[in-house]
Amino acid sequence: MNPPGLTTACAAMLRRDLTLAWRRRGDIAMPVLYALIVTMLFPFALGPEDTLLQRIAGGVVLVTVLLAMLLALDAMFSSDIEDGSLEQLVLAPQPLALMLAMKILAHWLTTALPLIVIAPLLAGMLHLPTAVMPVLVLALLLSTPMLSLLGAILVALTAGTRRSGMLLALMLLPLCVPVVIFAAGAVAASQQGLPWLAPIAWLGAALVLLLVLAPLACAAALRIALDA
Amino acid sequence: MTAAPTAAPNNTPLLEARALSFHRQEEPVFAPLDFRLCEGELALIEGDNGSGKTTLMRILAGLLHVDEGELYWRGEPLLQRDRCIGEILFLGHQLGLKADLSPSENLRISLGLHGCREQVSIASALAEIGLSGYEDESVRRLSAGQKKRVALARLLLLPATLWLLDEPYANLDRTGIALVNRLLENHLACGGAALVASHGAVSFHGGEPQRIRMHA
Repeated sequence: MNPPGLTTACAAMLRRDLTLAWRRRGDIAMPVLYALIVTMLFPFALGPEDTLLQRIAGGVVLVTVLLAMLLALDAMFSSDIEDGSLEQLVLAPQPLALMLAMKILAHWLTTALPLIVIAPLLAGMLHLPTAVMPVLVLALLLSTPMLSLLGAILVALTAGTRRSGMLLALMLLPLCVPVVIFAAGAVAASQQGLPWLAPIAWLGAALVLLLVLAPLACAAALRIALDA
Repeated sequence: MTAAPTAAPNNTPLLEARALSFHRQEEPVFAPLDFRLCEGELALIEGDNGSGKTTLMRILAGLLHVDEGELYWRGEPLLQRDRCIGEILFLGHQLGLKADLSPSENLRISLGLHGCREQVSIASALAEIGLSGYEDESVRRLSAGQKKRVALARLLLLPATLWLLDEPYANLDRTGIALVNRLLENHLACGGAALVASHGAVSFHGGEPQRIRMHA
């Protein structure tokens, strides 16, 4: 009669969210298409001048990916709250924070990972030198989980409110400023042939901190959201 | 006359409420309640619409905080929820089913989180609640009553001592109602307990159930 182990529970949670994402795979394609179109707008707006595009490429790709992730963030917990799955999850004999961490992981895998995969393509469209691509991808690999984690806290906090999409953007974007500064800083440094490891290391350190704290904050916020 | 501090386990109620009440914006949702529920007992929560039945259920499940009165689980104060975690199964208005998944996928998640009773499987549970043949249909395509039955399959599968059932008969046809009554009887016969909030339709053969009357 003992509850199943953490690994079983985590696997069940992860598989559930990935299956759900797979059933609605059209939704996975949408942030990718959005990022593609937004990046395409820049050469149209600024003119096809190589040096200018090259200089802004890293920053444009980072901000585009951030905005594309914001689009999909809203849905992280809302369907679970509506259909009562969250209540069942809260009452399950498993640590809620860990289960939510699995949900955030599934969310990252289904929204951020496709964006990271096409990021070199986006950067290539803006003539970012090939040598800088690995740094860009590394910066994205560290910064996108942070956006997912920060976003999850805010989604959990705004869980009870209607039309939380815009509110979420207004709250999340200021918090993303340091992430953007360090990620874009690494790309720019690499572009200028300077050492880029320091900003990447800062991103990594911040990610570790958020990995530990964000699920706990989410769990607390969602418990409060249900306690009303 | 000094009774032993640890009485026989059968005499200790599974769940006991003393002067339990709940306030929403300083307004009491229901008048203070006292009740005891032992193993093998059924309690019916009765009251008009808006009398706080669902609120009481959510408090007992642990979704809402007790703000006045006391709750005891097996004789010990229920302050920390870990005491009874995994022993309470809550079935509310929202069924907690994912519309894009099939009944068996939905139940598999519950099993992954709660564990499974012995000698039952998802297939046997779905057969018992009358949904064999719908295992791989997406829940979205099921009728309201069929969805309810999928949620009821949890009662068969998950190990729990206390069932908290909020309107378990809603949307069910006559055989469905009989099914819930049968599930309840089996559960109580095995030493479980249940609290049922309902507007009727409980036909219980194992003696007269306890009635908890709610007043706003």
